[in-house]
Amino acid sequence: MPQVEIQCPLPGTFYRKPSPDTPAFKNDGDSVAIGEVIGLVEVMKQFSEVQSEIAGRIVRFVVGNEAPVEPGQVLALVETA
Amino acid sequence: MTRPIRKLLVANRGEIAVRVIRAARELGIATVAVHSDADTDSLAVRLADQAVHIGPAQAAKSYLNVAAVLDAVAKSGADAVHPGYGFLSENAAFAEAVEAAGLIFVGPSPAAIRVMGNKSLARATAMKAGVPTVPGSDGVVDTVEQAVEVAASIGYPIMIKASAGGGGRGIRVAADAAELRQQMMVAQTEAQAAFGDQAVYLERFIRRARHVEVQVLGDGTDVIHCYERECSLQRRRQKILEEAPSPALTPALREQLCASAVMLAKSVRYRGAGTLEYLFDDQSCEFFFIEMNTRIQVEHPLTEMITGVDLVREMIRIAGGEPLRLKQSDISIRGVAIECRINAEDPAKNFFPSPGKVGAVTLPGGPGVRIDSMLFAGYTIPPYYDSLLAKLIVHAEDRPAAIARMRRALGELKIEGPKTTIALHLALMDDPQFQAARFDTNWLEGWLAQRAG
Repeated sequence: MPQVEIQCPLPGTFYRKPSPDTPAFKNDGDSVAIGEVIGLVEVMKQFSEVQSEIAGRIVRFVVGNEAPVEPGQVLALVETA
Repeated sequence: MTRPIRKLLVANRGEIAVRVIRAARELGIATVAVHSDADTDSLAVRLADQAVHIGPAQAAKSYLNVAAVLDAVAKSGADAVHPGYGFLSENAAFAEAVEAAGLIFVGPSPAAIRVMGNKSLARATAMKAGVPTVPGSDGVVDTVEQAVEVAASIGYPIMIKASAGGGGRGIRVAADAAELRQQMMVAQTEAQAAFGDQAVYLERFIRRARHVEVQVLGDGTDVIHCYERECSLQRRRQKILEEAPSPALTPALREQLCASAVMLAKSVRYRGAGTLEYLFDDQSCEFFFIEMNTRIQVEHPLTEMITGVDLVREMIRIAGGEPLRLKQSDISIRGVAIECRINAEDPAKNFFPSPGKVGAVTLPGGPGVRIDSMLFAGYTIPPYYDSLLAKLIVHAEDRPAAIARMRRALGELKIEGPKTTIALHLALMDDPQFQAARFDTNWLEGWLAQRAG
């Protein structure tokens, strides 16, 4: 099955959870739909959602929670059906 | 006891780190900059005598990391720490740790940070000192009947606020007793659902207020004020443009306001530079203390321009054990100053942040113009911190002249690369309402919405 990358649209800090004491938006192995939020990027104290542009199953997250990220960096790999 | 500072570590970044390094250098004090992975090539690092790396880009792991900063202090051999604003500047435990290590914290005592940094304690302290606060209930109100009775003495419109709320959440407004009867139960139920605590209290709702703040300097015994700044032009509670003095105050009101700030700061034996924030109702001419910032503030240059006092220098001297060098009678207002915050944000796209590489930078100059900034050509603005790139401050003999000077200076300022708020400030300078100083803390958001629509 083909694997597609979800890339980071912005520079900043990547968060996998909506807030520190809540579960992650998505975990490795979860299915994901188009438009579903997989994480947040904080740029200069403003938070932007990262939405999946593809449907499939998340093979794995490449970037950890609270990691610094650059535009174009691969955040997660998704297996399309 | 005088204990002159020999080496000062600046526990901050960006323009304020540069500002503190400049003040220290003028005093003949050696400087240490701390920096994260994202700031290795910052202007502060370039200007300081010494630089110490304190961790990864994320603020929580570097500039907010007490252990890492204390480690840098020990490593560098600094005998004092200036916290700047934000980050650890109002962290009483940090100030305490610095003092426990036998070093100097350039700021108030940890006890003063604790008392004045807590909203309800600060309010109680103000009431005890006889300083007006927003009229409200004395703690929690439990029943509808109790609320109506208390509200009668506070006055309408009134806010019902969740005790456990904050940041504008958990607030309902009632115009009269009938509405208060309706809203009270709803507010308690909502507070229970949102915060797990149904406790609510009442506070007068001030529909239209200006944000006016008084600058004080204390040495632990004496306190003087350096007059006020007006910071009503805000977006999402962030100040965009400030000026000093406030165009809304009469000389008599100004003296009353500033005297109340001195009284309050004296009651906590305040040491260093501090700011007391007030709401000012320009209809009723009432002012109400809301909170105190126990640190230097972003907009401090305004005060420096109109009074000629170098606040950062004075706070460093005071921290070194010197008594206040200035008496109240030494302080007077000369002219008007305006500050525009130049942020790396795109006003056309809802102020979306615009970090990245900076090309050529052309800074304005000439009479009455000051720039506090960490920019240089080729600098890369990191995405991890706030978006403030530069503070453009002008000083002139009166408000129309200051506006004309700001328009001229904004026209000279060129920053290649990021989107900035320069054009927004230029539009403000041409706005008749701004020129007439007719605004309150909600005005700018309305103005922005109108321009967008």
